[in-house]
Amino acid sequence: MMGTREYRYKTSHSLPGPGDGGRTGSWRVQRPVINTELCTPCKRGAEACFICWLYCPDCVISRTVPPVIDYEYCKGCAICAEECPTKAITMVDETDSHEGDEASSARADEAAPPSACADEGPRPCT
Amino acid sequence: MHIIENGNVAAALGVKLAGAQVIAAYPITPQTPLTEKLAEFIEAGEMRAQYIPVESEHSALAACIAASSTGARAFTATSANGLLYMHEQIHWAAGARLPIVMCVVNRAVGAPWCIWNDHQDSISQRDTGWIQMYACDHQQIIDGVLKAFALAEATSIPVMLCYDGYLLSHTYMPFEVPDEGKVGRFLKPFKPPYALDPANPANLNTVTLPDVRMDVLGEMAHGYMEIRYLLQEDLRAALSVGQEIEDEFASIFGRGGNALVEPYRCDDADYVVVGMGSLTYQLRDVVEALRDEGHKIGVLGIRLYRPFPDQAVAEALGAVRGVFVIEKALSYGYEGALCSDLKAALYEHLVKGGGNGGPAEDGRDRGQPAFVKGLVAGIGGRDIRTLDLTDALRAGMAATAGGGAKGAPAEERPDWIGIKL
Ligand code: SF4
Ligand code: SF4
Repeated sequence: MMGTREYRYKTSHSLPGPGDGGRTGSWRVQRPVINTELCTPCKRGAEACFICWLYCPDCVISRTVPPVIDYEYCKGCAICAEECPTKAITMVDETDSHEGDEASSARADEAAPPSACADEGPRPCT
Repeated sequence: MHIIENGNVAAALGVKLAGAQVIAAYPITPQTPLTEKLAEFIEAGEMRAQYIPVESEHSALAACIAASSTGARAFTATSANGLLYMHEQIHWAAGARLPIVMCVVNRAVGAPWCIWNDHQDSISQRDTGWIQMYACDHQQIIDGVLKAFALAEATSIPVMLCYDGYLLSHTYMPFEVPDEGKVGRFLKPFKPPYALDPANPANLNTVTLPDVRMDVLGEMAHGYMEIRYLLQEDLRAALSVGQEIEDEFASIFGRGGNALVEPYRCDDADYVVVGMGSLTYQLRDVVEALRDEGHKIGVLGIRLYRPFPDQAVAEALGAVRGVFVIEKALSYGYEGALCSDLKAALYEHLVKGGGNGGPAEDGRDRGQPAFVKGLVAGIGGRDIRTLDLTDALRAGMAATAGGGAKGAPAEERPDWIGIKL
């Protein structure tokens, strides 16, 4: 009988979290940009909603005020934009997205750490 | 306890004894009585298991995959087109390394629609990464179910136990029902190496990249190729694990012996006929008749077809003059899959290795068989008459007699036994 460690070694078995599928940020054609004027936690200045955090299949949206997207791993699937109840998230073509996004989410290459533990590299969902 | 029952009941009793916890199956002839029997056991409270009635065979195996992922001992069964409808999930179960056991009650595949026996259904699943065992009688079915669970759980590889539709599934034979206490000693409760747990979420078999990658813990994780390589390695290792389990079974129950091949009168044989399933026991009668005529011929039954017991096959056939392979299936466009596999094993172990037979007592060099002749029989349930088998093998041997070690069978000898064209 195989032990858990050996089983994990022999199967595609991993912990959910950003980066589990590799650096999926390079897949992105459109990037999600959060409009903090429409986003509920931003407007209230308190933890709320976080539906985007819940639905993001790659766990790359932080549960913070404001929610921050880790573009290193965001694959641009637009699920967050689809699910956001206040329509605060817009999908912007990557070619057009270099201007105006500082106001909402930072760009990946010069981003502030998307969450407190970002310096430690990829991490499991919390 | 000794009882007389049909092969499907033997399988159902085996599943009950094995303590399967989840059964998901869709009825299809000739498997139907097996699943009905299991449903009856559960309904009557004789078996503590969940029976999941599903809308298709694809769903049946999907349900078993889910059940096995939660750590349950899962069982399904099917035949023919039902097995083919499962095909995508069959690959999945192997890649996911889930120890599901499935009885395949062998039946011909449509078109044209045909409910009778041959081996085309399970042979066509040869390359899915499952272990495939073939039973020859009811004792091997009921014992086989227990061994299948033991082997599946020891290797984390799913197992198909294949037995002939009607010829075994619907015929009545005496067999021994293993004692429950002994079964408890042989088959320990299933302890899954990982079971789905909401408190410890995990990704199972998500998109896995061509190359290795850093996982979320910062550890190097396998790519698809590594995972498939490890499956192949473990399948090859399952040859010896299967034999260990067979030995363990024999020590507890006092029957069984060779998990890989079953030789009958092969020791002094000039010719050996190879087959799988109930046909190999019928061939024993043929061999006896031919021995009475003075032909030195034996039978080699293949018990474990995947992983293929290449070494055992080559050892059994290294000193014979000729090999006949009789199959109830074809790799259409070429020949029977077993015939090709067997020839590859002989090439690997005898031709490349320079032969293991050496000169025999009569001075004939028997480093390797002079010929391997594939024959097809019983396709779509065509009756395989013992007389036809005897005639075909006698003709095959006559064609090579006196032709020296390199004599080849005459072309006019029928390749399809019993064909009426
Ligand atoms: S779903 Fe929309 S409103 Fe809710 S936190 Fe996310 S961006 Fe803000
Ligand atoms: S587009 Fe939104 S939901 Fe999709 S990966 Fe990026 S952040 Fe997550």
